[in-house]
Amino acid sequence: MIDESVKVVEHVEIGAGYRYLVLAAPQMAARLQPGQFVHVRVPALETSALRRPFSVFDAEDGKVTVLYKTVGRGTAALNAVKAGDTLNVMGPLGHGFPLKCAGVPLLVGGGYGVAPLHFLAKWMVKSCASLTSGKDSASPLSVKLFVGGRTAADLLALDRFKALGVEVFTATNDGSAGVKGLVTDPLDDELVKLREKGETFELFACGPDPMLKAVAMRATGTGSKGWISMDRHMICGVGACYACIQKTVRGNSRCCVEGPVFAAEDLVW
Amino acid sequence: MVITKVNLGGLEMPTPVATASGTFGYGFEYVGAVDYTKLGAVTAKGIRIDPWPGNEMPRHSEVPGGLVNAIGLQGTGIAHFLDITVPWYREQVKKEVPLIANIWGGSVEEYAEVAKRMGDAVDAIEMNVSCPNVKAGGHTFGQDPKVLNEVVSAVRKATKLPLIVKLAPNVPSIVPYVKACEDGGADALSMINTIPAMVIDIEKRVPVLANMTGGLSGRGIHPAAVKLVYDAHKVTKLPILAMGGVYEAKDAIEFLLAGAAAVAVGTATFTNPGTVGEVYDGIVAYCEKHGFAAVSDLTGNLDL
Repeated sequence: MIDESVKVVEHVEIGAGYRYLVLAAPQMAARLQPGQFVHVRVPALETSALRRPFSVFDAEDGKVTVLYKTVGRGTAALNAVKAGDTLNVMGPLGHGFPLKCAGVPLLVGGGYGVAPLHFLAKWMVKSCASLTSGKDSASPLSVKLFVGGRTAADLLALDRFKALGVEVFTATNDGSAGVKGLVTDPLDDELVKLREKGETFELFACGPDPMLKAVAMRATGTGSKGWISMDRHMICGVGACYACIQKTVRGNSRCCVEGPVFAAEDLVW
Repeated sequence: MVITKVNLGGLEMPTPVATASGTFGYGFEYVGAVDYTKLGAVTAKGIRIDPWPGNEMPRHSEVPGGLVNAIGLQGTGIAHFLDITVPWYREQVKKEVPLIANIWGGSVEEYAEVAKRMGDAVDAIEMNVSCPNVKAGGHTFGQDPKVLNEVVSAVRKATKLPLIVKLAPNVPSIVPYVKACEDGGADALSMINTIPAMVIDIEKRVPVLANMTGGLSGRGIHPAAVKLVYDAHKVTKLPILAMGGVYEAKDAIEFLLAGAAAVAVGTATFTNPGTVGEVYDGIVAYCEKHGFAAVSDLTGNLDL
């Protein structure tokens, strides 16, 4: 784990309160794995304010990108940060997604929950190129992303996923983009198709708790692997304070160390 | 060269800066972010006989000037602590940083049992007496001088290690509690524990913490802690490990001048793990600037 001060390269709003924060952090970028997080000290807050944890959207070429939504006091204060400013960042922290290629990868994101899924998709496209989407070993890897939000404005970074060659399925509550309904609607359609073809799959999810529970149930219900990234308020981020608890089959687990990514079958809802 | 080592009731601390229990895990979690060479001691998270699940979520709320927490003493129990945690700590962290075990229990007998089983695996024991005495209707041990004396005496008989008692701040006068610890055979005091607190979500009209109430720590409690250290030092020769809102050297020096022999950094570490190192550097710089040969010369050295 590194605790360092880094330069902000870029900080741009991409609409509806969502922002990309790009940091020049070569050491951090080289060590980060998909699903891990960084713990950021927000300069505009008082000196006793706690750090804020952010999952990582991208880590490449010495840069770490965070995609976040302004949801509270900390993220609102973070909005004031400009390119050229210095930020204190701790990381890489936590237990990320398993880095192995098995079955058809189905990524399920809700809102800004797509952030760690983008980093994961990028790793998969690069490292699992030989993975088959079926029984034909010559076919390229097919990563599918199922993304949901309240409206079209909550569907983020779709161009970035498509640029990676990820097949994107969308759903919105108001029907302003994709299927009108929940992200599990297009997901369930796909699960039926995969079952008919006899293909195995793994689920990777990040988003609001009800969505995560729905995805975890689909993993355990089909005897498939599911990897669920939980979002919890944290204090220390390193396993020292025991504030960010998630109930698991092993008891009260720390989201910042045993998670944020948990195996679906380990989670207790 | 300023002499930085201090003696806390038999515990030889290479520097006057420790970590506070509950804010530094079991001592190894911050490896990579903390300069352990500047640490005088690590106080581990509270340990009782059996594993303890802690409270439901949410367990904390950020407030102006600090943090309200109700973690609920989640922990692995004494067996795991001795078999796994302590050896791992010794391997990960330089052995020269003494390890203080913080212990708690639901009865006098439990406290004594944990202390006894600790043997000499650690360098000192700190008693958390701010937990409920289950057998005596749930009142905390630390809020009745008679009960406090009873539990301290029992632990004293169970261990030869330096024995530190961590006092609760929410008492009308700290004096009878200091005396209860002295009479019970304590070697040192640590103070203060968190101040009972509550945060309410006004939109939902419910307490923010699942436990309803918690303990306030951080910057906001510092002046209250300084006053209690001052009050305690006036009436006892027991060395004091002071804690409560130490974010920078100035806070620590205030504690030393009020009567503390050493200080602990707690909540500040969450925001800035470098705090312990900065506090150490600042204390040394202060001694150099003001011509003190040793940090121990600062203890109670108010110009009244």
